[in-house]
Amino acid sequence: MIKKTSPHIVQNEALIFQRSSPGKIGYQLPELDVPHVDPASALGPENTRGEIEHFPEVSEVDVIRHFTRLSTYNYAIDLGLYPLGSCTMKYNPRVNEQVARIDGLAWAHPYQPESLSQGAMEIVAELEKVLREITGMDAVTLQPAAGAHGEFTGILLVRAFLEAQGNPRKKILIPDSAHGTNPATAMMVGYRVENIRSKENGMVDVEALERVVDEDVAALMVTNPNTVGVFEKDIAKVAGILHAKGAQVYMDGANMNALVGIARPGDFGVDVMHLNLHKTFSTPHGGGGPGSGAVAVKQHLIPFLPSPRLQRKGDQWSWNYELPQSIGRVRSFYGNFGVLVRALAYIMAHGGPGLRNATMDALLNANYLRALLEPYYELPHQAQTMHECVFSDVRQAKLGVHTGDIAKRLIDYGFHPYTVSFPLIVKGAMMIEPTETEGKGELDLFADALISIAKEIEEDPKMVLKAPLLTRTSRVDEVAAARKPVVRWKPQPPTSKAAD
Amino acid sequence: MRYLPKSDLERREMLSTIGVNSLEDLFSHLPEEVRIKQPLQIAPGKSEYDIVDYFRARGTENANGYSSFLGAGVYNHYRPVLVDTVVSRGEFLTSYTPYQAELAQGTLISIFEFQTMICQLTGMEVANASMYDGSSAVPEAAMMAMRLTNRDEILVARTVHPEYREVLATYAQHQGMPVHEIGYHPESGRIDLEDLDRQLNDKVAAVILQSPNFFGVIDDVKKAAEITHRHGALLVFVFTEAVSLGLLEPPSDADIVAGELQSFAIPPSYGGPYAGIIAAKEKFIRQMPGRIVGETKDTHGHQSYCLTLSTREQHIRREKATSNICTNQALIALMATVFMTIYGKQGLRELAGQNLSKAHYLASQLPLRFTGPFFNEFVVNTNGRSPEQINDALLGEKIIGGLPLKRFYPELDGAMLLCATEMNRREQMDRVAEAFHQ
Repeated sequence: MIKKTSPHIVQNEALIFQRSSPGKIGYQLPELDVPHVDPASALGPENTRGEIEHFPEVSEVDVIRHFTRLSTYNYAIDLGLYPLGSCTMKYNPRVNEQVARIDGLAWAHPYQPESLSQGAMEIVAELEKVLREITGMDAVTLQPAAGAHGEFTGILLVRAFLEAQGNPRKKILIPDSAHGTNPATAMMVGYRVENIRSKENGMVDVEALERVVDEDVAALMVTNPNTVGVFEKDIAKVAGILHAKGAQVYMDGANMNALVGIARPGDFGVDVMHLNLHKTFSTPHGGGGPGSGAVAVKQHLIPFLPSPRLQRKGDQWSWNYELPQSIGRVRSFYGNFGVLVRALAYIMAHGGPGLRNATMDALLNANYLRALLEPYYELPHQAQTMHECVFSDVRQAKLGVHTGDIAKRLIDYGFHPYTVSFPLIVKGAMMIEPTETEGKGELDLFADALISIAKEIEEDPKMVLKAPLLTRTSRVDEVAAARKPVVRWKPQPPTSKAAD
Repeated sequence: MRYLPKSDLERREMLSTIGVNSLEDLFSHLPEEVRIKQPLQIAPGKSEYDIVDYFRARGTENANGYSSFLGAGVYNHYRPVLVDTVVSRGEFLTSYTPYQAELAQGTLISIFEFQTMICQLTGMEVANASMYDGSSAVPEAAMMAMRLTNRDEILVARTVHPEYREVLATYAQHQGMPVHEIGYHPESGRIDLEDLDRQLNDKVAAVILQSPNFFGVIDDVKKAAEITHRHGALLVFVFTEAVSLGLLEPPSDADIVAGELQSFAIPPSYGGPYAGIIAAKEKFIRQMPGRIVGETKDTHGHQSYCLTLSTREQHIRREKATSNICTNQALIALMATVFMTIYGKQGLRELAGQNLSKAHYLASQLPLRFTGPFFNEFVVNTNGRSPEQINDALLGEKIIGGLPLKRFYPELDGAMLLCATEMNRREQMDRVAEAFHQ
């Protein structure tokens, strides 16, 4: 039975270009206090454009209605549980939004004098410090813009380190349970990718690993807890195997929400890792970004970190560009500073003990859902669950209903689906990560929904295949979208074509 | 703790459902040697008031109440109030990447509109849903050109933002992608077309050119495109000042456009987050990196939108993907979308016109270094005094002056890059001019 939702009226809304009408305006500029300059004579007529064809012409009221209506078509954490595995969709505290908008921070120009940027630099330094403590690593760079960008930075560091020793080596080992960004990253740094198979229990096969690690291996990219939500308990041994052959251990920190305050990668042999500040440290995903992919390293990788590095001289912060061994810049300026402000505000709100409590609640929530759902869905990997659990649709698939269909039916119950069909090592994966910011009530409703769907599948599988049934937009045809891509609006030609 | 919604009573009930006694039991399976040895050395949790207070204090340690003439890739433009009104809505702020289209039409439609407006602005046929920023869009565009041409060398104008060129060098180093620089004409400040012609050959995949360039000079994109195409290479057009596109001829002669949208209501925020874009000719779409939203229909035949062409991307293609990019800058791109909607056809032109007038007013009082046409930024000679001396004098009047260029261009010692936007008032500009004449 659907308990969480009731139908309600939703406003229809055309594209902004269809709302547009010539002569409407939604802006007013201050009066020009200098002589008007004629564009064509200042720039040359050949450099001056005509009007921007079909650009919007709307009023201020049109703007607010348009975007507010669009917003109502979205699901959001603010509306409820968002159990996307590997994505750590937790509550985004609003105070973080407010402090990021403080004038002295939001309007700081990256090239303003360092003497007038001390507050911003202090924030960067403080965040580096707490992230060192959380990870157990020796240094942190906050320049990378997102997780994959952090991976890119981290593997560049590995390469620079190995090159300095005389041989960059040839390949990166990646477990078959890894995120797609890992192999894509390795390629961008000029490495060959060698996939390694996970064991039945979802963990890295230590013996198999030992056989493939040789002097051609630059690094292992490992996610811990891995993507089935299981802690790689042999991680220290795994690191030992890599290190014995002079290779590095890269940790994908996507799942760090399971470890903050209870275990530190720096203590179990990791040489370099990234953190997704937009996951573990609650900065908002905003429909797909911005993120921040802080990278933490051990001592031996510090000389290679991206330029510039923050340094303290007397009582002043400054940027150090004199880094002869640096891999260079991975993006302009100093990283996604506005995201860093939010992450630090989040860490300050929790404090050391609070971060550990948050982790424990994240584990509690995942284990609780596992306990409630295990009777109804197949759990292929029985090892102890950390912050997320991965079920399989095998029971339901026998009746013709797959993970993607169950996900769509969850929408009718008022929930965003879990992560569908990932990791690849689980057939029909249903990857559920509740995070710590859910109460028992919301989790019970979610479990109820999945249990009810399991029953629906037994009684009326065809109905579930049509889901979602209660949404404004029913199942969209992704295949048609890719076949003949229409990726921008164009005005209808004057002669109307026959209906298709 | 206020972000943790459970009571201890609820926790106990949940633990008993799981069948364990304590929260610690949930990770007691972690080997002893990997468990943390001592509590995190981070101060206990702070109240909301304490947090606001801390960041306000940091804000006051930065520049406050200064007027600024810095540009150089980051521009001071007014941010209409509605921009934050829209992006603060939880439905946009706290949603994930729109993989589940039925629950994300709001984000998807806004991105579709964004892609459309970027095409209208740039004269390109397709655009992606955003890149991290302009600097990382440039190497992604270079790699795209490499795949499209099966060639591997890149020529980049020295007048492309120096930090963008540094990022390009970082990306290029292990891709088998040699990068060479094209000089600029010492008088006009535009790309040296003869040098370009000389350095082009059948190994060059792309020529990367920025306009207005780092000196603020508007370059001859048409000519550069002609020469580039004659050698079978692609032209990548870069922009850092998006407002200029309100007045300047769109780069329709380019093949790929890689740009930065910070000017469109994105706060300078000490360097980020911003939003980059890649736009291109339609025939190149399958080699574009990043997310793309496309139009489709739902089962009722209603027009709807979804992420598309995902077989280019890492979550499907893994090591064969066009890029490793996953997270992009959706919320920041939404700021730009709202900005473009508010200003619209008339407003963007008028805004660009004000920038042009302000910059030319200031420039008319100063010794210009280059003769090429400029929009809202220009290089001046400081004639005997150092740029730092002039800037120091201005700081005393709560004015942040221009960027001394020596750091990036040793040959331009004694030159400074100044920018004026609609945010600079006439009196401040007169003060800047006076500082040069003292």
